[in-house]
Amino acid sequence: MTTKTISVLQDLLATNKQAAAAIRQELSSRGILCINLLSSPGSGKTTLLESLADRLRGRYRMAVIEGDIETERDAERIRAKGIPAWQITTGGACHLEARMIGRVLSHVPAAIDFLFIENVGNLVCPASYDLGEDLRCVLLSSPEGDDKPAKYPQAFLSADCLILTKADLVPYLPFDPAKAAAEALSIKPGLRIFTVSALRGDGVDELAAYFAEALERLRSARA
Amino acid sequence: MHELSLIASVFDVLEENARAHGAARVTKVVLQVGRMSGVVPDLLESAFDTYKQGTLAEGARLEIVDVPVRLCCSDCGGEAAREDSDFSCAACGSRRVEIVAGRELVVERIELETDGA
Ligand SMILES: Nc1nc2c(ncn2[C@@H]2O[C@H](COP(=O)(O)OP(=O)(O)O)[C@@H](O)[C@H]2O)c(=O)[nH]1
Ligand SMILES: [Mg+2]
Ligand SMILES: [Zn+2]
Ligand SMILES: [Zn+2]
Repeated sequence: MTTKTISVLQDLLATNKQAAAAIRQELSSRGILCINLLSSPGSGKTTLLESLADRLRGRYRMAVIEGDIETERDAERIRAKGIPAWQITTGGACHLEARMIGRVLSHVPAAIDFLFIENVGNLVCPASYDLGEDLRCVLLSSPEGDDKPAKYPQAFLSADCLILTKADLVPYLPFDPAKAAAEALSIKPGLRIFTVSALRGDGVDELAAYFAEALERLRSARA
Repeated sequence: MHELSLIASVFDVLEENARAHGAARVTKVVLQVGRMSGVVPDLLESAFDTYKQGTLAEGARLEIVDVPVRLCCSDCGGEAAREDSDFSCAACGSRRVEIVAGRELVVERIELETDGA
């Protein structure tokens, strides 16, 4: 009987990183900007997508990939707005992985501008999985409290933009948007921060303009 | 939260290497786990102990190498371990820092046992 030690140095996330790179390349060659939405359950991801559907209508075309542990409900909410949507039910998995997105990609119409991915509601592990997105947005709703950036630094560190949601509830809560923003910026300098009320539509146009700018950049880099 | 699926991918790596080296058993697995990998070492260990039953790593020991977070500063070029909960450069205080270590989820090395002479 012999024993030997083998140096392996195998990154466990390597296959996800490769799949994500392939998605990013394919979508950018099609001129599609991909946006990954991350947050705790109930922060308002689906409601924001509904509001974006209303505001982008006639100017931009969007499609949505919905991730949830169970049910088609969020995809149905998006389809009710006339937007193509695919539901990925992870059956217990707490995050989406790139290969799950890869399987849906062939169904995504060629003639769209934005592909949104609503990740599984969880502020922890989706941060570790690149889905091939161009922009990663973290949503933080006012009822969750302004101390969340410091508690979940990984999500905020990996984000391009922070969306403070449910702004209409701020007057009723001990939530200080300036404190949430300052904490997030101390973790990730340069983070773009938007404040919205998806329910009323406040701030959604500014967010849409930010997405449109990123789309322009993607397409001019490609040209 | 997804420790079990990570352990499943560790076992893919174990099986592949055991096959390539004609080994009968895996006796030790060394895993680098970054403090910002989003993974809890205790949960990895229990997932490993559950998963290994009836596999070629049944008798294997999992060793976890804790990888602290290191920051590299874009302003002064300094590199240092991250202090407390701050994301700024220990030398100059700049917040323009890159995380250069601490996200690892890497199978560093394994010990294999081969039967026969
Ligand atoms: N007051 C208020 N409620 C909101 C807003 N956006 C979402 N909600 C509510 O928050 C709950 C969760 O929203 P949903 O979009 O399903 O969250 P998700 O789990 O992140 O997709 C629902 O009851 C929404 O009606 C908002 O801007 N203001
Ligand atoms: Mg939802
Ligand atoms: Zn997970
Ligand atoms: Zn410095």
